[in-house]
Amino acid sequence: MSPADTLRFAAAAALGNRLRSALMVLAMSIGVAAVVVLTALGDGARRYVVGEFAALGASLVIVLPGRTETGGVNPGSFITSTPRDLTVDDAAALLRAPSVNRVAPLAVGNAELSSGGRVREAMVVGTSADYLDLRKMALSAGRFLPREDFSRASGLAVIGETLRAEFFGNGPAVGRSIRAGDRRLRVIGVLAPAGQGLGMNSDEMLIVPVATAQAMFDTNTLFRIMVEARGREALGAAQREMETILRARHDGELDVTLISQDAVLGTFDRILGALTLGVAGIAAISLAVAGILVMNVMLVAVTQRTAEIGLLMALGASGRLIRTAFLVEAALLSIAGAAVGFLLGHAGAWAIRLAYPVLPAWPPAWAVAAAVGTALVTGLGFGVMPARRAARLDPVQALARR
Amino acid sequence: MAQIELEHIERIFRLGDSEVHALRDVSLRIEAGEYLAVMGPSGSGKSTLLNLLGLLDRPNAGHYRLEGRDVTTLSADEQARVRSARIGFVFQSFHLVPRLSAAENIGLPLMLAGVAPAERAQRVAQALADFGLEQRAGHRPEELSGGQRQRVAIARATIMRPAMLLADEPTGNLDRSTGQEVTALLEALNAGGTTLIVVTHDPVMGARARRRVLMEDGAIRRDEAVAPAAP
Repeated sequence: MSPADTLRFAAAAALGNRLRSALMVLAMSIGVAAVVVLTALGDGARRYVVGEFAALGASLVIVLPGRTETGGVNPGSFITSTPRDLTVDDAAALLRAPSVNRVAPLAVGNAELSSGGRVREAMVVGTSADYLDLRKMALSAGRFLPREDFSRASGLAVIGETLRAEFFGNGPAVGRSIRAGDRRLRVIGVLAPAGQGLGMNSDEMLIVPVATAQAMFDTNTLFRIMVEARGREALGAAQREMETILRARHDGELDVTLISQDAVLGTFDRILGALTLGVAGIAAISLAVAGILVMNVMLVAVTQRTAEIGLLMALGASGRLIRTAFLVEAALLSIAGAAVGFLLGHAGAWAIRLAYPVLPAWPPAWAVAAAVGTALVTGLGFGVMPARRAARLDPVQALARR
Repeated sequence: MAQIELEHIERIFRLGDSEVHALRDVSLRIEAGEYLAVMGPSGSGKSTLLNLLGLLDRPNAGHYRLEGRDVTTLSADEQARVRSARIGFVFQSFHLVPRLSAAENIGLPLMLAGVAPAERAQRVAQALADFGLEQRAGHRPEELSGGQRQRVAIARATIMRPAMLLADEPTGNLDRSTGQEVTALLEALNAGGTTLIVVTHDPVMGARARRRVLMEDGAIRRDEAVAPAAP
């Protein structure tokens, strides 16, 4: 029998029992769709997190006060006191490191804002001119904080989009004044709307010079120092230089923690990648179940068509021909299931993207290939046994069956 | 050399621990173009003999030479090739594939043998015309009458132009007049040179054959050649 005839014969046999074939295609497609959707979800989450971190800048180092040691007790443990605070002088000193490009000190607190009789609570971020570029933010109006000494407490403010809308409505915001606590600030710029980012909503932020914020909250310490190295390759060198500088400034003790985006990013990437794999594995179980269903359905088909198999043998069909015909039928049903599942899965991923636009829920190519491949392999694998059973039937007994 | 030569054929079935001797020391020579009826009560071994002749079954002992070639020792695939090329089957219950049309059922042996579609279509069209089934080509078996179904089955059995036609109670499921029609059709094919071997316990049909083999308990009791019945 020619390949085209085999294909046509198997397709006709599959279509001969529509309900049986439809159920099998459905089972197979659910398995494939599950893998596609779940990996889309997992990979989407991974890409979302990686994207969020990348938005912060890949060459970014964050300096935190205090040191978390996991090395156990050492002689230093007995003589150290509480960690020294980070100060604006530390930030200014870091700027002298050759591998460091930009530095933005960060002092953060909440304050009550008021303007034109309207009052609301908002997050106040004290920082410097470089913060805008460091965080890759943009302005929609006015300008950002001027480049000036970290210790100058000028009464300037840059506000987020939500604050602008709430306080000034449709009127111009730049040049207006706003009160933060007991200080009067002049609005010099408005941030472009950016939305949520790692728990900090820049649309509801008020940005002031770092000294102004420290005066407002009556403190001389910093919450963080954000440092940008001269490119991603300079990250290691920048970190070592910064450690040297800070150790020297803190009486020979390194009582700060440096976090680079790379390390965090790598960890999240690995965790979420493993998660996606795990989810894909769970979904693949449904594919194995679908494979067993293929076998069951094909065994029933062999039983149902015993007389037909006997007839084909009487008409001169060899065992191999009958085996091939049944295998092709199982393969066709598996291919149909995989194709339907592929479409269902992509529709599901599309629905997820529609429901959660922030989540880039695209199924990874490897997962789609693996799902479709597994579907075909299980379909064929579980089709072998029924096909062999068909080919081994005794023609006399098969013909006796109606 | 006879077309079919059976020598001391034994066929034993095992049912549980008991043995059933379906064929005992059967020897038979059939010349090409003969018209032979195998008769006898049920359980006498007629169907087993027909299955053996059609290479659907193997004897436990003895030799079967088909056109001078010993076919008992052939592999299953080689036997399938011989069935495809030399042997046509007609069954009591027609054995048509229900999802295929009459034309597709007739063309099935050609398709299994790998005949190209163009030649296939032409030969099927010829067969449909020969058997008066042109109007029924696209119909499925369930849409055909019993006589039409058996005609489709006979067309299918002869489409490969086999040397012999094996018919197992070909009229068993048909009424009297359709049965006669089908018998006439088979006899016409025999007149064209095809060996016709019919298993039946219909004495009317048996009486029409030119040679009658009577079986009992797996052995041949009587083998008589008779003058052809007057048409």
